[in-house]
Amino acid sequence: MELALVLGLPWLGSALLAVFGDARRAAWLNIGMSLATLLAAAALTLRVMREGTLVLGHEQFIVDPFNVFLVALTALVGLTTALFSRPYMRIEADRGRLTPRRLRLYHSMYQSFMGAMLLALLTNNMGLMWVAMEAATLSTVLLVSLYRTRESIEAAWKYFILCGVGIAQALFGTILLYFAAEGLLGSEGMTALLWTHLDAVKAQLEPTVLGLAFVFLLVGYGTKVGLAPLHNWLPDAHAEGPTPVSAVLSGLLLNVALYAIVRCKVLVEGSIHSSLPGHMLMAFGLLSALLAAFFLWRQRDIKRLFGYSSIEHMGIITFAFGMGGAVANFAALLHMTVHSLTKSAIFFAVGHASQIAGTQRLAEMRGMLVISPTIGWGLMVGVLAILGLPPFGVFASEFLILTTAMREHPWATPLLLTALAVAFAAIFGRIQPVVFGETEARPLPHSPALLPVFVHLALVLMLGLYLPPVLAEWYRLAARLIG
Amino acid sequence: MNAPALATQILNLLAAALLLIAFSMLAQRRTSRLIALFAWQGAILFASTSLVGLTARLPHLYYSAALTLALKVVLLPLILRRLIRRLEAQWDTETLLNIPGTMLVGVALVIFAFGLAQPISALATTITRHTLGIALAVILLAFLMMIVRRKALTQVIGFLAMENGLFFAATSATYGMPMVVEFGIALDVLVGVFVLGIFFFQIREQFESLDLRHLEALKED
Repeated sequence: MELALVLGLPWLGSALLAVFGDARRAAWLNIGMSLATLLAAAALTLRVMREGTLVLGHEQFIVDPFNVFLVALTALVGLTTALFSRPYMRIEADRGRLTPRRLRLYHSMYQSFMGAMLLALLTNNMGLMWVAMEAATLSTVLLVSLYRTRESIEAAWKYFILCGVGIAQALFGTILLYFAAEGLLGSEGMTALLWTHLDAVKAQLEPTVLGLAFVFLLVGYGTKVGLAPLHNWLPDAHAEGPTPVSAVLSGLLLNVALYAIVRCKVLVEGSIHSSLPGHMLMAFGLLSALLAAFFLWRQRDIKRLFGYSSIEHMGIITFAFGMGGAVANFAALLHMTVHSLTKSAIFFAVGHASQIAGTQRLAEMRGMLVISPTIGWGLMVGVLAILGLPPFGVFASEFLILTTAMREHPWATPLLLTALAVAFAAIFGRIQPVVFGETEARPLPHSPALLPVFVHLALVLMLGLYLPPVLAEWYRLAARLIG
Repeated sequence: MNAPALATQILNLLAAALLLIAFSMLAQRRTSRLIALFAWQGAILFASTSLVGLTARLPHLYYSAALTLALKVVLLPLILRRLIRRLEAQWDTETLLNIPGTMLVGVALVIFAFGLAQPISALATTITRHTLGIALAVILLAFLMMIVRRKALTQVIGFLAMENGLFFAATSATYGMPMVVEFGIALDVLVGVFVLGIFFFQIREQFESLDLRHLEALKED
């Protein structure tokens, strides 16, 4: 029941908003649907905590500790982004950047994007997972080009082609996976793509085929995670799309794609009995973190800057999943949570800040603190949190990842530290004058919704200071599941 | 000659035709001819899928063959043709640089694909197992086409040809994916083409052309 609601509500919302999406109260409908999805997700979470792993709907869906926490996170950020987007989109519409038709498209696609991501998280069928990932891409392509500027169309085209090619590789990987499993599980019962069944027989799956399948799956879904060198679409899509879309792309879509990779890694590692998949993840992760950190220096656009910061953090998380083991997985899951909360909070603040300044160019954005102390402080605190300063949650997870790396892979520690230090200097140096400094810009016509920013940052602060035992236990269970 | 052996030979013939079409796509200048080639690829997929279904007695392959016929031979070429008519691009040609060079890279890709597919083909039990290398080659050739071409429409046809290769891989290595997944994939492809249709108009409205050379504003500076 809860499952049907979690999966059904966003699609219902999408259909409703496709009709009423340009009405005056459409933004409230968007918020209402997101709130209902969050409540259903909370109910589902409570049920899993009580009953343990659930396999539902002719085994097509699975809810276990690993994905239920991502479902809850996705629904939460979905709601807060909907709250943020109401005043943000109203200001954009007032400035003539949006027509009612585009607003309707935005609202409808926003809900179908949420629906596709929740389906990708909850399905037990590796093929359906692929279908849902592709649906998530398709929902967001037209959102990236929502403003119809030359740059936004170019960004959306790049996003579509790169992610399309990437996801085609993932489909080939999925076909290979099916090919390996079909002999063992048979093709009649349609069980050969179900993760639970694959997991049960993973030790007997043909290692050569699974090894090859993993390469394709990693490259395919890795494109969507934004792993270097396949990250080219990410900064463009983040910079040119509307800010609520940047927030959900960074905060949610990247997580979901990484989730798909980790699910595959569990199967492949069980089959080929070596740490090769883990090492591949570590290599891609380190490369992404380092490359992104150095690219941060060259950014002049505030949303591109934070797009690269997302690549850096996804790199760190991928590296941690690659190391594996209870502690590293725990840290990676924690980092997924805090990165998603912090980065979306930053994008909310950045969105309003660039509306005040009338530009996204870092050099022309100054003195946010003078115009709106809440936006200024929100941005500053968010940046300090994402840079890994104590006492925020990002510090805790990065500390765990670093200490594990020191113990198990000492060679990687200097590289990770370099990436973190370079990113710190680059981002702090650019954001500091944006927040402080002098300005003559004027406040916004509608009061911005800054509650989401501070709710997110408060959660990140709490996760840094005190991890509730329930949550810690939950992460531990999930970490053990990943192995 | 017994029936399965004959079927295998016909399948190999169809696979070879698929590869040949992938090559001629690489060298085809006219957009409207490319759409025709794409429809032919769909027709070959329909024939091979129904033949596999017939020989292996797997009724669910008939459904996926019917889906292929409806989607790839009829619907998608229809949509693409209407699209180029409305974009007034039906007589467009593209200047292709260095066709012999591209062809040589294509040949290298085919050899690479066969090398990669060799160990997997050895494990397959299906009657079509030798065709996995061809499927992979078709995917890589379509990929090459997307890299060397600069027109938005051509890149999309390359993308669809890649999906054809993937579908052929699914029927040749295994006997097709579960029906739920195939429907999902077909739906995604269809929605994707619609999204792109909208997108072409956006591109042309902004750039007055579908040439992707204009899309070069976003660079790292």
